Amino acid sequence: MQSKMKESDPILEVENLFASTDNLPILKGVSLTVYPGEIHAIMGRNGCGKSTLSKIIAGHPSYNITNGDIKFSGENINSLEPEERAQSGIFLGFQYPIEIPGVSNLEFLRVSTNARRKFLKKEELDTFDFEELVKEKLELVKMDHAFLTRSVNQGFSGGEKKRNEILQMALLEPKIAILDETDSGLDIDALRIVASGIKKISNAQTGIILITHYQRLLDEIEPNYVHVMADGQIIKTGRSELALELEKKGYEWTDNFIK
Amino acid sequence: MVNENLVQDVVKEPYKYGFVTDIETEKIAKGLNEDVIRLISLKKEEPKYLLDFRLRAFKKWQKMKEPDWAEIGYKQIDYQDIIYYSAPKQKEKISSLDEVDPKLLETFDKLGIPLTEQKKLTNVAVDAVFDSVSIATTFREELAEHGVIFCSISEAVKNHSDLIEKYLGSVVPASDNYFAALNSAVFSDGSFVYIPKGVTCPMDLSSYFRINSGDSGQFERTLIIAEESSSVSYLEGCTAPMFDTNTLHAAVVELIALDDASIKYSTVQNWYAGDEEGVGGIFNFVTKRGKCLGKRSKISWSQVETGSAITWKYPSCLLLGEESVGEFYSVALTNNLQQADTGTKMIHIGPKTKSTIVSKGISAGNSINSYRGLVKIGTKAKGSRNYSQCDSMLIGDQASANTFPYIKSQQPNSEIEHEASTCRISEDQLFYLQSRGIEFEEAISMMVSGFCRDVFNQLPMEFAAEADKLLALKLEGSVG
Repeated sequence: MQSKMKESDPILEVENLFASTDNLPILKGVSLTVYPGEIHAIMGRNGCGKSTLSKIIAGHPSYNITNGDIKFSGENINSLEPEERAQSGIFLGFQYPIEIPGVSNLEFLRVSTNARRKFLKKEELDTFDFEELVKEKLELVKMDHAFLTRSVNQGFSGGEKKRNEILQMALLEPKIAILDETDSGLDIDALRIVASGIKKISNAQTGIILITHYQRLLDEIEPNYVHVMADGQIIKTGRSELALELEKKGYEWTDNFIK
Repeated sequence: MVNENLVQDVVKEPYKYGFVTDIETEKIAKGLNEDVIRLISLKKEEPKYLLDFRLRAFKKWQKMKEPDWAEIGYKQIDYQDIIYYSAPKQKEKISSLDEVDPKLLETFDKLGIPLTEQKKLTNVAVDAVFDSVSIATTFREELAEHGVIFCSISEAVKNHSDLIEKYLGSVVPASDNYFAALNSAVFSDGSFVYIPKGVTCPMDLSSYFRINSGDSGQFERTLIIAEESSSVSYLEGCTAPMFDTNTLHAAVVELIALDDASIKYSTVQNWYAGDEEGVGGIFNFVTKRGKCLGKRSKISWSQVETGSAITWKYPSCLLLGEESVGEFYSVALTNNLQQADTGTKMIHIGPKTKSTIVSKGISAGNSINSYRGLVKIGTKAKGSRNYSQCDSMLIGDQASANTFPYIKSQQPNSEIEHEASTCRISEDQLFYLQSRGIEFEEAISMMVSGFCRDVFNQLPMEFAAEADKLLALKLEGSVG
């Protein structure tokens, strides 16, 4: 099955990426290629650069790429604005989704969905059509309609915030989704809901990068590849068994691989 | 700071209303003295009591000092360098709109306020004021059928002198403050509204103030009287051309609500604000006050202040009638080098009076935005309540926001609640919205209109949409 996937072109290619913030180097030569249908897990200690990598792919303005390239569908996106990346199909599920008081969740989701649809040259949805669509997607993450009338993430519990992220992913139908510790702070039931949501949204054309500390998410969504990051580099790559081994032996074991 | 390069790339939308109408005007010479006041009064063929009112005000003004307590700084105004009367030349007596100079109609057309019979707005009656005079008032006959009087204040002086004599200066006395005294001495025109007993005004009433000439001040005066059990919603809009000099605008607005009457007064203020370096723009010194004279009467101010180089304005309520209600909903947005010192006074005099204050200040660029408010509960205002909420939003790191709430209670059996907050649009909030495909500018305007929602909800429908667009426009390129 793997070999069949590789016949298509990669969705995302990160090539020898170096990046810094406030002149502090964070990424020190990361390379990663994701093909359609693949699920990659990135693991590693806090501060190893996992979240930074995800933010840089999404275009966060606080980080500077000092060397290397990020290619999306074969095109270099180093200089694209975050909104352009999102419109073209890059999705970042945040570890700590921020609260935006006063902005209604429903309106936010609609504007966001329409921005993506416009890029795809699909018809933009009015409030009525959008209601229909969002109702269907709410099912996927078992969210109540009442969430839509509140301000974006405001007063949401940790689990509700994460489900709201997956709801956004479902609406935006990205080509690649990077989910940054989407499992953290979730109880078992919420984790299952989120995992099944992710599985239902993704398909043979989607690439997924799961950033996680724990095996339990990977029990629900089996990755094709597991990468271990330390000190701004990917120090080891393996199949799903690597995550299990890591769980047994701990990150100290991987320290041996630091170049 | 936030996405600096992008912001600098954004093309700034020029002020849309900055054009000048080339029209022959009748102006009097610059300067202010008793003769000028007599001349204005003569031109308007005023009765003696009004001339005396003006002259008394002028005497008081001469003894007064320009206030300096507000958080604003500006070059000394030379009151002798201002033209106090400027009017487009027209036929002596205009009996219908067809006789109004087409250039004037075209001007209001361009401002989105068509006046002619064929094109006029269908759901709102408009009084159009150009420099010192009222040009036209629409829907007069229709309103008259309901007994509603809506006309320029000059006409009211001629046709409804009893009401003018009784109420003019009864809410804002000529000696109230420096700018009110100046206005009382030289006011040239403005709007007059009278809603008779038991009448709900069948449509919104609106005045549109246009300053056209660069060297004349605008001193309009508005008087609204709502008799027992009547109600009216009144809207006010204002624009001015772009001049590199400052133009003085000192208006007075007086509202009177009798038993069970209600007045809703909404303003969208978009005077020219000056350029990015702070050159030019309107100096806006305005006194607005409503008197809830009757039992259970209600006066509600809502304002969206986006223009003017300087805004100095405190729409207030005197709550005399038992169980009367005062409200103040405000959004004040400042950008570049604009300065705003605005707020309200809620003076509780009668028992069981209630007031609500919701103020949202947004400061961007290098601007200064201050809320200044007074809540006073007098000895007889037993069982009175006030709720105040003052929120500030900062955009960028050069803008400043102040809140000066003054609270005076002389009545232990009353409640005063005050909440205040300050927030800054954070880079992470912007990134979150952008990472969902929402453009940078739109992300900011979404957050700003979210911040202002409580106030926008109070505005009449079309006004709310306009206000939303106006804020977005004003903020273009402001984050940096």
